[in-house]
Amino acid sequence: MDLTQSTASSLLELLGTGQLTSVELTRHYLDRIATHDARIGAFLRVDADSSLAQARAIDAKRQAGQPVGLLGGLPVAVKDVIAQRGELLTCGSRMLENFRSPYDAGIIERLTAADAVLLGRTNMDEFAMGGSNENSAYFPCRNPWNTACIPGGSSGGAAAAIAADFAPLSIGTDTGGSIRQPAGLCGVTGLKPTYGRVSRYGLVAFASSLDQIGPLAHTARDAALLLQVIAGHDPRDSTSVNAAVPPYSQTVTQPLAGLRLGIVPEHFAAGLDGEVAAAVKSAINVYETLGASVREVELPHAQYAVATYYIIAPCEASSNLARYDGVHYGRRAEMGPLTAELAAERKELLAAGRAADAAKVDNNLVRMYRQSRAEGFGTEVKRRIMIGAYALSAGYYDAYYVKALKVRRLIRQDYDRAFEHVDLIVGPVSPTTAFPIGQKANDPLAMYLDDLYTVSANLAGIGGIAIPCGMSAAGLPIGLQLTAPPFQEDRLLRAAHMFQTATDWHTRRPKM
Amino acid sequence: MSLTRADVEKVSLLARLRLTPAEIDLFTPQLGAILDYVEQLGRLDTTDVSPMAHAVELTNVFRADELIPSLPREAALVNAPRADGECYLVPAVLGE
Repeated sequence: MDLTQSTASSLLELLGTGQLTSVELTRHYLDRIATHDARIGAFLRVDADSSLAQARAIDAKRQAGQPVGLLGGLPVAVKDVIAQRGELLTCGSRMLENFRSPYDAGIIERLTAADAVLLGRTNMDEFAMGGSNENSAYFPCRNPWNTACIPGGSSGGAAAAIAADFAPLSIGTDTGGSIRQPAGLCGVTGLKPTYGRVSRYGLVAFASSLDQIGPLAHTARDAALLLQVIAGHDPRDSTSVNAAVPPYSQTVTQPLAGLRLGIVPEHFAAGLDGEVAAAVKSAINVYETLGASVREVELPHAQYAVATYYIIAPCEASSNLARYDGVHYGRRAEMGPLTAELAAERKELLAAGRAADAAKVDNNLVRMYRQSRAEGFGTEVKRRIMIGAYALSAGYYDAYYVKALKVRRLIRQDYDRAFEHVDLIVGPVSPTTAFPIGQKANDPLAMYLDDLYTVSANLAGIGGIAIPCGMSAAGLPIGLQLTAPPFQEDRLLRAAHMFQTATDWHTRRPKM
Repeated sequence: MSLTRADVEKVSLLARLRLTPAEIDLFTPQLGAILDYVEQLGRLDTTDVSPMAHAVELTNVFRADELIPSLPREAALVNAPRADGECYLVPAVLGE
């Protein structure tokens, strides 16, 4: 059976009619991963035995005539930042090289209950900090459309796994664009739900007020299916919202009549690549031919979003990552050499007559913390911890952190006002297509500025979706972003599906 | 503003990070550039704006006061770098 152009929805039909078993399908993806992933690096780990065992159990259920869940034997790839009991959970970091989750995340329970096959764990920027997947402590992930280029990040492996057709569905997380940006750069569909829509229980925290789990897939229809499974209230995440989950997978195919789209003129200002601008504009024209109206809206504080984000996210990160102390779990430095080193430092200072300095040398415990964290964290993680620790330190807290929280409210108010006039805001996901690996490695600020179209949704807490809307002359995908008022995922998915009924960008697959 | 090496060293202690001299050389200008960039927020008048710490502004979320099982001790200790079966073990700090 030729499965090369399949989607989750088409595979589910084959599974339901018995033309395909979950074991056959799981083997198909395991084979593709074994053949091609050495040059992509989408997966950190694949567990063939366990995923085939899950597939066998689901096939047996189906053959016995028992009801199967919504995902009925479909393989799902999970970003390596979500706890799965007994499995390694590295977050792309050396810090957690040997860490095994003691429990299942809320969404893992939901995936299992829906009869998903958990295929493996996808590559990512360390602790989800980055937009290129170059910050993985293990190996970079590459863009399946051009392996010299980044796939985006931090859910680079999650997006590349879909683009390379290593899995029909995957789970990513989005703190400042980490689902939408790699989805855009890899030519797949990725949705960041409204904050609170999906439980964060068992998601390793980066910036708790911004992090959200969401689906990646080939189509909006497939993303709707996966969102329906993972969304919903979980008392173990006090920020998860207790609101009914709409049947996204049933409504996604219904077009939206009289759709009102907003465009933000600043989204098309200097810095946006010409090919990206042209593709986004022609995508907006497609919506017009489908009956949508388009008008300009203002987001006057959008220009401050990156600055706001790069205070709030590092502040929350420095606080969240304080838990990696070499005591409870994670890497701990060898104590023997450290103790000897500290004694030598004190002795040397005392010999030089610097008793006051000798008294300031770290004690054993502080040096153990510092050395363990130095060994466990990579450069970008250290950089963000440092920015956060600085912005939260005495004398700077009000000027940086509190100021950013105030601007955050202004950004949210801009959206509330704009959505009084339009149903969705449409624009680019990223200012350029995927760039070559290494190009921005020495310029963190340049890398941060690439997030200008995505971070606002996280600050405002609203949902957004990225869908493929074009290809550059160099053969790299271009993404279109739609954002919606809170809890309007249904609207995002339906609008995305409308576009995908009129275009075929989402059907293009890279040559493997 | 510009950040000095001494600032970076001081923050590295607050952050419980041990930085090498090469990392301090790298971070001093990089963190300085990032902080210079975020300074632009100072241009905005936010006098009457209240801080927004969360996207869903909940004050307190309570659950019923019922006992529910927590992670068993063995499971909580299994990932510890050093433990004695009951406690996490850390280097001595008192009486050093």
